[in-house]
Amino acid sequence: MGFEHFWLSGFDQIHTAFWTYLAVGLQNGAVYAMIAVGYTLVYGVLGLINFAHGEVFMCGGFAGVFLTRGILGDRVGTGWGSVGLVLAGIIVGGLVSALVATGVEQVAYRPLRRRHAPKLAFLISAIGASYFIQTLAGKEFGYGVNIFPGEVFEPGQVMFTLFGTPIHTIAVVSIVAAIVMLVVADRIVRATRLGRGIRAVSQDAETSALMGVNIDRTITITFILGGALAGAAGFLYSLQSGIVQNAGTEIGIYAFTAAVLGGIGNLRGAALGGLFIGLFGSFSVPFAFEGNVQWTEIYTFLILVLVLIIRPTGILGEKSGRTA
Amino acid sequence: MFSPANLKRLFMILIIVGVVAVMTGTPGSSSAPPTTGVHGSFLERVSWFGLFVAPRWLLFLTFGVIIWLVVSLYRPRARMIRRRVDTVFALPKAFTAKKSTRVALMVLALVVVLVLPKFVHESFWMYLIVEQIGVYVLLALGLNVVVGFAGLLDLGFAAFYAIGAYTTAWLTGALPAPALFHHPIPILWVIPIGIAAAMVFGVLLGTPTLRLRGDYLAIVTLGFALIIDDFVETQSGVTGGGVGSSLISHPALDLGFWHYRWGISPTPYYYLCLLFIVVFIVVFTSLEHSRIGRAWVAIREDEVAAESVGINPLKYKVMAFAVGAASGGFGGVMSAGLVGIINPALFTYQVSVNVLVLVIFGGMGSIWGVALGACVIQAVTSYLDNYQPWGYQINDLYMYIGALLIIMMIFRPAGLLPSRRRAREFAAAKGDEQVHTDEVLTGDQP
Repeated sequence: MGFEHFWLSGFDQIHTAFWTYLAVGLQNGAVYAMIAVGYTLVYGVLGLINFAHGEVFMCGGFAGVFLTRGILGDRVGTGWGSVGLVLAGIIVGGLVSALVATGVEQVAYRPLRRRHAPKLAFLISAIGASYFIQTLAGKEFGYGVNIFPGEVFEPGQVMFTLFGTPIHTIAVVSIVAAIVMLVVADRIVRATRLGRGIRAVSQDAETSALMGVNIDRTITITFILGGALAGAAGFLYSLQSGIVQNAGTEIGIYAFTAAVLGGIGNLRGAALGGLFIGLFGSFSVPFAFEGNVQWTEIYTFLILVLVLIIRPTGILGEKSGRTA
Repeated sequence: MFSPANLKRLFMILIIVGVVAVMTGTPGSSSAPPTTGVHGSFLERVSWFGLFVAPRWLLFLTFGVIIWLVVSLYRPRARMIRRRVDTVFALPKAFTAKKSTRVALMVLALVVVLVLPKFVHESFWMYLIVEQIGVYVLLALGLNVVVGFAGLLDLGFAAFYAIGAYTTAWLTGALPAPALFHHPIPILWVIPIGIAAAMVFGVLLGTPTLRLRGDYLAIVTLGFALIIDDFVETQSGVTGGGVGSSLISHPALDLGFWHYRWGISPTPYYYLCLLFIVVFIVVFTSLEHSRIGRAWVAIREDEVAAESVGINPLKYKVMAFAVGAASGGFGGVMSAGLVGIINPALFTYQVSVNVLVLVIFGGMGSIWGVALGACVIQAVTSYLDNYQPWGYQINDLYMYIGALLIIMMIFRPAGLLPSRRRAREFAAAKGDEQVHTDEVLTGDQP
């Protein structure tokens, strides 16, 4: 198969199934966007990448999965039942993840922050936390075993048809839920007292402490906010793909790519970056050599590497991240 | 005793004890209800050296309360205990303060490692010593140059290891890729080529990435590692894909007058590995005290200041990458030659983190500390993996490694045998003037 043919056949596939790729891309993008916001918020207040954020996402996924399995058993959700289950999964997943994120902050970051440890110490401690959580989940729920939630919808349920393409309920639910939560998060950060604290600490932690912002409390709130979004994303992700103990690593890196792409520290940028990475991943599927899905991973990681090397401040620019 | 602060402490201790109970408890599974493992961790009945049989929760609760009682009763003396612990930890430093003692210790260590094969009779263990300890000491020494000397967090270090291993496989014709030579080439050639390939790769990888600051560098090295991993797995026509290759022939040495062939027995590999470990230790030690080593310290401590006194940071950082890669690449050659099997599982992200743990545990920037730390951790993990005591399972390893990383960063960030300079950096961050003046008075002896 010549390269030209390969290239053209990729475009052919996109041409025939454009709306399917778009729906899948938006659905994945919604999940990435929600996780990316967590990276961005924490980077804003602490000035460091929360390496354990992927694991926070994974914990929320497991919480949602086991909740829906516990409630549903062998039954299939219908109508308002499905709506209730999705809401419950999002809320419980968000709560569990917020708890995990706060735990990570208390155990792995706070003691180091008290001591003004060098940045390397934070990174190593975060990697440690990420490993710990990931392996503990593996021990409790099985290593490398993909667990699916209960049948919240009928499998493959179609909500409506768009230009002859069936759009699945899961996609619609993910996108709508993500938009609602991202808007709420944006409002919290921009228009409330808490958000003003977060933004103040992002700009200048010491000065904001002098102005009466409780830094420890602000940081905890940031972790709760980011964790809750990641947990909800974990549940939405598991609805489609199930959840594995090591799901956090790969999805975490995708979301991190999104956060960097949008300019880390910039909440709206992270959301847009997430959508972009989701769409990019989806539309690069037809261009995978020999149909090997690993090529789409390579493409996404290439984006990460290129953005970091060429324009580390992201496309929308770094807003509140410190450039020390 | 029952002040709110102390009760909070009890609460924290109970949480920690609970987490330890879950960590050491029975594993759950995905098919069982989600809390099965946690239930087992608490409800299971255990016997304590045959003295009594109790459910685990009772045992762990007792532990927690005892720890709390001890802590709260001895609280006023905590500072004293802390100081004693510090004295114990400082013993190696005080002991090795004299140069004669240091030389004696080095000679002793050399003698021990030289005669070790005489005392290990089982080939299995000898094999493990080379594969799990020898190779990982090499990797840790290499990463130590990058993380310890130059202060660059590289999360893709296993890539260099892979380069060494795959180069060996390629040169000996074990890969599907067209071989360079038709018959196995002598190890004299494989080793320098493997090392050179890793170094070239280090320069190629380092030149674009090393402009980035700390955490971005960590992510970008991780990204590269994942790309390479995926790439190797997809290119089965060149690299053998996920299965890799298992046809690597044992290396041979042909000097004309003397012919030697490394075979099944691990002992000759042991000495080969040892020789190179000694060489790398000597080279890295002299590098550390050279102009280059001082440039690395300057960059690590303050890049802007280093640049202002005429040090080109990028040049020295790339140099650190290449030098570290050399040792990692040789580790790959060694492992491929010994085991004869390579596959992408050799250089996953986990391997990189594993090597990072060795460096941090031993003491970033301290060559002897890193070598010792690598020996200790790898020996313990090999023991755990093969005997699986106390219900330990192979997969649990990374749980303990993660916990170890956090604990080290909180309590002893400079590692087991800290490098003096590193210890001072971490302590200075703490605002601990005592250590600072102490170091100034005694001078900066390595």
